[in-house]
Amino acid sequence: MGEVYVITSGKGGVGKTTTTANLGAGLALMEKTVVLVDADIGLRNLDVVMGLENRIVFDLIDVIEGNCRLKQALIKDKRYPTLHLLPAAQTKDKDAVSPEQMKKLCDQLREEFDYVILDCPAGIEQGFKNAIAGADKAIVVTTPEVSAVRDADRIIGLLEAAEVHSPLLILNRLRINMVKRGDMMALEDVTEILAIDVLGVVPDDESIVIATNKGEPCVADKDSFAGQAFRDICRRMNGETVPLMNLDIDKGIMAKIRKFFVRS
Amino acid sequence: MDFLKNIFSKKPQSGSVAKDRLKLVLIHDRANCSTDLLEMMKNDIMQVIAKYMDIDEAAGMDINISQTTDDNNKTVPVLYANIPIKNMRKKKK
Repeated sequence: MGEVYVITSGKGGVGKTTTTANLGAGLALMEKTVVLVDADIGLRNLDVVMGLENRIVFDLIDVIEGNCRLKQALIKDKRYPTLHLLPAAQTKDKDAVSPEQMKKLCDQLREEFDYVILDCPAGIEQGFKNAIAGADKAIVVTTPEVSAVRDADRIIGLLEAAEVHSPLLILNRLRINMVKRGDMMALEDVTEILAIDVLGVVPDDESIVIATNKGEPCVADKDSFAGQAFRDICRRMNGETVPLMNLDIDKGIMAKIRKFFVRS
Repeated sequence: MDFLKNIFSKKPQSGSVAKDRLKLVLIHDRANCSTDLLEMMKNDIMQVIAKYMDIDEAAGMDINISQTTDDNNKTVPVLYANIPIKNMRKKKK
């Protein structure tokens, strides 16, 4: 029996879809069977982030309405033999699904896979309610900005009310240089405010943009800083104890000079 | 030269400004309580107390919502009120 995770955030654009794609690919690299479900009906994006947009035949709504069998709608990612995607419908709206139907779907999927990961839409309306209906665990993604953290707080409250207990935090797009300057909230600031456990910190990294451009999750890129962060997160999801990575890697002579002055 | 500026300037850094603003806004979000509502409540509380005691309005009173931890170490909102009193017994007019 697999576990059903929902990746949520409240605010849009903080990196839910990127996180979903990378966790899926990362867990598949660890030879776990994974299915990613795009629950953002009407605004599907997980397919393009994963580079599987040309292979969609059926979608989530087709499965729910009985137009096809569940197996037919699952897209197998050729790069990762154990990774699958259930894409969202692009032409329907969020009311085409009910929370009960989503719950049933999640229960079907968990029979077959080690991990079922749902990419939740932004917002707190029907789409959110559908996405969390079948989830055992929630991962809240936020960036160190006031708007994103505020929305994350709201989401944590709503998850609690929906009896999805003890959500875990991924702090995305952290810029360590700005934190050191005091111009960005640090992980400790965010956890103090939100009072939840940390699953991981992902640095702001150009390799994410490049990977998304190409439709390849950067978790497989050994040289990617953010990819390393996602690999660590996957290992933690798998029950390993992995310390948070050291984000403080200064490059260049100016950084060394600055370090010297700050220390003295 | 940024680091020199940082060392010598006394301006609060924007990261801690963000944190403080967030804390305040979340107190209200979590309590589902706006500053207007708090102001109305403050006036009502004062009226009730003024029936029985002399409130020292000049000393300034402080009514706000903050947070505390309950027995299970969960953060819960608390209404905090500090109302200076001039005289325990209300003078009859």
